[in-house]
Amino acid sequence: MKFQSELLERHRFRPIEAVYWVLLVMAVFVFSDYLAIAATVVIMCLFALSLDLVLGFAGIVTLGHAAYFGVGAYTASLLALGGLHEAITGATLAGLTAAAVALVLGPFVLLLDGLPLIMVTMAIGAIFYEAANKASWLTGGDDGLRGFDFAPLLGIFQWSIYGYTAYLYSLSWLFVLFLLTRRVVGSPFGVALQGIRENRARMRLIGAPVVGHLVRAYVLSAFIAGIAGAIYAQINQFVSLEVLSIDTSVDVVVMLVLGGIGQLYGGLIGAPVYVLVKHFAAQWNPYNWMFIIGALLIVAVRFGRGGLLGFLSTATEWLLRHWRKPTGGAP
Amino acid sequence: MQELLSISSFIILYGVSYGVVLFTISIGLVVMMGLMRVINLAHGAFAALGGYVAASLMNQLSIPFFIAVPLAVVGVALFSVIVERLFYVHLYTATDLDQVLLTVGLAFVAVAGLNFIFGPNVFPARLPEILTFNINFGIRQFQAYRLFLIVDGAVLFVILWYVFDRTGFGARLRAAVDNRTMAQAIGINVPKLFSIVFALGSGLAALGGAIGFAILPLEPLYPFKYLVIVLIVVSLSGFGSIKSAAAVAIFIGVVDTGCRYLFPGIGAFIIYAILISLIIHKHTGIVVRRRA
Repeated sequence: MKFQSELLERHRFRPIEAVYWVLLVMAVFVFSDYLAIAATVVIMCLFALSLDLVLGFAGIVTLGHAAYFGVGAYTASLLALGGLHEAITGATLAGLTAAAVALVLGPFVLLLDGLPLIMVTMAIGAIFYEAANKASWLTGGDDGLRGFDFAPLLGIFQWSIYGYTAYLYSLSWLFVLFLLTRRVVGSPFGVALQGIRENRARMRLIGAPVVGHLVRAYVLSAFIAGIAGAIYAQINQFVSLEVLSIDTSVDVVVMLVLGGIGQLYGGLIGAPVYVLVKHFAAQWNPYNWMFIIGALLIVAVRFGRGGLLGFLSTATEWLLRHWRKPTGGAP
Repeated sequence: MQELLSISSFIILYGVSYGVVLFTISIGLVVMMGLMRVINLAHGAFAALGGYVAASLMNQLSIPFFIAVPLAVVGVALFSVIVERLFYVHLYTATDLDQVLLTVGLAFVAVAGLNFIFGPNVFPARLPEILTFNINFGIRQFQAYRLFLIVDGAVLFVILWYVFDRTGFGARLRAAVDNRTMAQAIGINVPKLFSIVFALGSGLAALGGAIGFAILPLEPLYPFKYLVIVLIVVSLSGFGSIKSAAAVAIFIGVVDTGCRYLFPGIGAFIIYAILISLIIHKHTGIVVRRRA
């Protein structure tokens, strides 16, 4: 029983986590001039969180997650253009649309594993991009969609050019969906997902519905990714093909890996680092930026097991060990 | 009737020659994946490098095409051994995700490097005159380049088939693909084999990039642009099989050319849709059979 409860409680709340959320709220006051980029950071945190659910916890290696981000973004924009000016409902519906797409594709895609899975997710991403590109009557093609706006949030908060509402709106979504994800990965279902990640064949042998579990995780992840995309479109009041591109899919994987996969906070740490470095490197040639991403990836795989979070915990352990040594004595 | 013949001969000739380029680039990856089980997403970078090196040898040093291409192939193959020793050796026992991440990282670095050295635009490269004249087939005219590619593909296929099926090296290679542990136990030097195959695979990719630059234009994003299609060939052709790789590459070349020609609006999708269903069918089919 001890073992079981340890598995279920691995992702329970720890006081240090409060620091992270307090920092995010404080950002409103400290970085009030940079709230637009701060909102992007929060959205990417949410997107990386959705990827963590499938990649980190269920072990589904996907290079096409932008499809769901993009479906969410386009759905939210189209709903707003169609007359739905209430942002929260719009984002929820966009998330559900992305989830519906995942529910259709998941049962086929998730039968695969290894290289074929990576391939098919990439190809599906490419199809969505091409489809949005060709269906310009619906998506605006290369020009994208713009010219939609939203009613005050909850009827009270005006969307201002300073971006307070936009930032806090994104942050609220992140917090709510983070709690949901934490609940899921801490549940017996979440433990089953991790079992599948560790050993698919063995989970099948003990009678777990492997594909069913994976599809459920995939759909939930698509829902979260769809909402992230929706918020992105809503606060920028603009959506373009870029949200569906392979770059977006690769970016989110890199963010997650930088932060540390399978650790809930991995994406939430990796996304800010990634977005901020990219933002401040924006004056550069974009190709130089690609060099940095590439180098970071190589370093992360070769030396930084567990990403930034893994590095932090290793460093803390090391410090603690050396701190205690003089008083406790060597064992 | 005349027109139907003309269109179908166009699709077949262009499709097959495109397929040959795909085959040349993919076959190295097919063999590498079969032997080393490494998901190498940086494979396209070696193809791009081959194309760039060949083109700049022609442009800068005015070395003729037929000498520049072999030089580029040898250069890239030697260079790839360094890359293998530095990075890939650590991947042979790593997880899928680590392999994807590190090789994507290498591809990113390659894109940045190509841009840094050769500039962000499509790299100007011209075919020699002997390949640009038109041949009249009675039905319609074709560029000699297309025929050159097809002949080249046939020669390459025969050479590879001979090497893999008829030489001691090929036998050792096939043994290691089938059962690495057993191959090592009977005294085959598997790590050395890995290095040789890696150089061979990258060299073939470079050959594909160098002879195919008129079909797949050289630009910094090359390593990513053609990645999906190359990986599709690999995942459809199974591990280490030259014959099926050739068949799949030519099939994809013809279907893709045909769809783009006949349905210009939606051509690109048809090929992806067909391939996704084929991959799912093929791989889940394997699972079902093994389970039974």
